[in-house]
Amino acid sequence: MSIMEYNGGSVVAMVGKGCVAIASDKRLGQQFMTVSTNFQKIFPASEKTYIGLPGLATDVLTLSERFRFNINMYKMEEERDIEPKTVAHMISSTLYQRRFGPYFVEPVVAGLSKDNTPFICAMDLIGCINFAKDFVVSGTASQNLYGMCESLWEPDLEPEDLFETISQALLNAQDRDALSGWGAVVHIITPDKVITRSLKSRQD
Amino acid sequence: MNFLDSPLSKPAPYVVAPIEHRFDPYEDNGGTSVAIAGEDFCVVASDTRQSNGYMINSRYAPKAYKMSSTAVLSCNGFHADGVTLKKVLEQRMKMYKYSHDKDMSVTALAQMLSNTLYQRRFFPYYAFCLLGGVDADGKGAVYCYDSVGSFERENYRTSGSASALIQPFLDNQVGRKNQQNASTAPLTLEAVLRITKDAFTSATERDIHTGDNLQIFVITRDGVEEQNFPLKKD
Amino acid sequence: MAPQQVKPVGGFSFENYTRNAVLETKGAKPPKATSTGTTIVGVIYDKGVCLGADTRATEGPIVADKNCEKIHYLAPNLYCCGAGTAADTEFTTNSISSQLELHRLSTGRKTRVVTAMTLLKQMLFRYQGHIGAALVLGGYDINGPQLYTIYPHGSTDKLPYVTMGSGSLAAMSVFESKWRPNLTREEAIAIVSEAIEAGIFNDLGSGSNVDVCVIEENSTDYLRNHVRPNERGIKEQSYRYPRGTTAILKESIRNFVDVVEGDAMDMS
Repeated sequence: MSIMEYNGGSVVAMVGKGCVAIASDKRLGQQFMTVSTNFQKIFPASEKTYIGLPGLATDVLTLSERFRFNINMYKMEEERDIEPKTVAHMISSTLYQRRFGPYFVEPVVAGLSKDNTPFICAMDLIGCINFAKDFVVSGTASQNLYGMCESLWEPDLEPEDLFETISQALLNAQDRDALSGWGAVVHIITPDKVITRSLKSRQD
Repeated sequence: MNFLDSPLSKPAPYVVAPIEHRFDPYEDNGGTSVAIAGEDFCVVASDTRQSNGYMINSRYAPKAYKMSSTAVLSCNGFHADGVTLKKVLEQRMKMYKYSHDKDMSVTALAQMLSNTLYQRRFFPYYAFCLLGGVDADGKGAVYCYDSVGSFERENYRTSGSASALIQPFLDNQVGRKNQQNASTAPLTLEAVLRITKDAFTSATERDIHTGDNLQIFVITRDGVEEQNFPLKKD
Repeated sequence: MAPQQVKPVGGFSFENYTRNAVLETKGAKPPKATSTGTTIVGVIYDKGVCLGADTRATEGPIVADKNCEKIHYLAPNLYCCGAGTAADTEFTTNSISSQLELHRLSTGRKTRVVTAMTLLKQMLFRYQGHIGAALVLGGYDINGPQLYTIYPHGSTDKLPYVTMGSGSLAAMSVFESKWRPNLTREEAIAIVSEAIEAGIFNDLGSGSNVDVCVIEENSTDYLRNHVRPNERGIKEQSYRYPRGTTAILKESIRNFVDVVEGDAMDMS
C-alpha cells in the first residue's frame, strides 16, 4: 500500500470557454474503511482560484493551512489578489523544498487570471508542474479520470456544458475506484461568479 | 583419547546450502481489449502492439483470435500464454466436435475456457481473457475472466493495460451510468463501433503500452467480420 | 492555527524526513515522482550547436503531459535538455540559470559553457546522485560551440554528438549511422529531428512532438514543436451531454461585485 493511497480521494480540473472547473470526491478513508463522507479537498486560494489537494489527509490539512497563511501574507504585502500562476509556483517551491522528505499530496490549481484567462495545472508530490491546456487529474482515480477526460473533453465548452462534462468524468471515474467516491463537489469559476454544486452519487 | 574419537577425524557433514534457481516464467506484454455485446451482435476489439517495458516487440501482433463462426477470444497479459491457451482451446473444440458432431456454442466455450484456466490453478496461464460472440438465441454475449478461470457474463468489459482508462467510459456510454433521462434504447452496431474506436484512441493518448493498430471483430449470426483501424504509433 | 513561519534560508528542508521514514517502516510504500522517460540529444555542427528533445512526461505507464518542455533556458547563449526526475531537472536548471544571471551581472561577460557545466556537475556531485537529473548542455561562447552531457552523479562528457534518456539508444543509432563532421545548420536540425523521432516511435517512454533549439554565435532559435508527427485525429462522435444530465443535490452561487472607485465605505 502506497502512502498516497492511504486516505484515498481524487481531484480533476478542466478548461472551458472563458471559464474553468475543478471537482473532487468527498471521501476520507483509512485504507478500505471509510471514515468521513464530507472531507474537503478543494480550498479557495483567492476569489477566482482554487487549490485541489488529494493525498495523505494529514498533509492536506497542514498544507491547506500553510497555503492560506502564505496567500494572506502575499495579499497584505502586495495589496492585490494572488494570480493562479503565482499560487502554482508558491505550491511548487514549497513541495520541492521538501524534495527529500516530501508532503504526500499531488496538488491541482484551477483559476482565472486577472484578465480572466483560464489557468489549470497539476503537480507531482515534489512540485514538478504540469501546465495543461485541456484538463488535469490527480489522486487515486487518476487513471480512470485520464480515460474519462481524454474521451469526454472538448474545447470551448460553456460553463453549464463544462459542468456536465467534468461531473460525468468524475462520477464515472470514482465509481470504478474503491478509494474515491461518497459524493462529489464541483466548482465552476466564471468571470462574474463561482457556482458550487454537490453531486448526487453512489454511496458505495 | 583415541584419534578416531577426536572431533578432527569426524568433520562436519558436508552441508549443501539450497541453491535457488529462480526462474520468472511470466512477462507483461501490455495491450488492451474491449468487448461489447449488442442485441444481436458482439464487438471484440484489441490493439496489436506487443511491448515489454519501454520496448515495442511488435506493432502487429494480434491477440484476438477467431475461435468459431460465433466466438472471438482475446487474451491480454503474457502473449505466449495467450497463444498457448488459444491452441489448447482449439484442440479441445476439435475433440468436442468429433465427440458430439456439432460446433461448440459460445456458452459452452465459455465454460470450457474457465475449466481450462482452472486446471492450471497453481501455475496459471498469465492471460486475462475476454470472450465475445453470439449465443444459441442469437443474442450478443461477453464473458470476462481472471487468470484462474473465474468468469462472468456481462454486456461490456475491457481488460488489459488501459482497462482502468476505458472501463469507466464504457460504464458511462454503454451502461449509461450516472446519467439522468438517458435513453434506454439498445445501441446500434454503428454506435458501438464509434464508442470502441474513441475508447481506443483516447487510451492510446495516455497509455504507453496501447497503440499501433486496432483489430475489430464484429460477430453476428452470419459469422465473424474483421476490420482494422490505425492507432498512434508513438 | 497558522503554521509557524520559518524564514526562508534556502536549501532543502528535512522536517518531514523522520516522519516519512517511520511511515515507511510501518509498511507504507513511498510513491514515485514523475519521471521523464525521455529522448534528448545534441549535435555540434560547423557554426553552432543543436539540441533536441521529445515532449512526453510519464508517471509509470501513463502519459502525464503530452507536450512538456524539456529544453530549459540557462542563459541567452546556453540551453540544457533534461531527463530523469522531472522536478529535479526543472529546479536544478532554474537554480543554475539564476546563478549564471547573477554571475553575468557581476562580471559583465557572456556566460561560458564550462561555467554552467562546472556549476551543474558540482551541485549534482554534492548530492551524490540523489538529485536525479541527467542533462545535455549545449551553448556557444568565445571558444565556439560546445556540447556536454552531465550524469546524475556529476560526471561529464564532452562529445560532438550525444544522446540521453530512455530513448538514447534509438537516437544514437541514427547518429552513429548518419553523423559526420561539419554538418550545416539545416543538416544538423534534420539529423536531430530524425534522432528524436527514432526515440518517439521506438521508445515507449518518449513520444508526441520534437522540440529543437539551435544556438549560434549571435542567435538562439528555440523551435518549439518543430515537428508534430503525432496529432490526434478527430473523434468519431461528440460526448457533449444535454444540460441537466447530472443529478445535483445542492447549489450555491457566489456572485462577484465590481467595486467602483468612490463606492468604498465612508470613513469620515
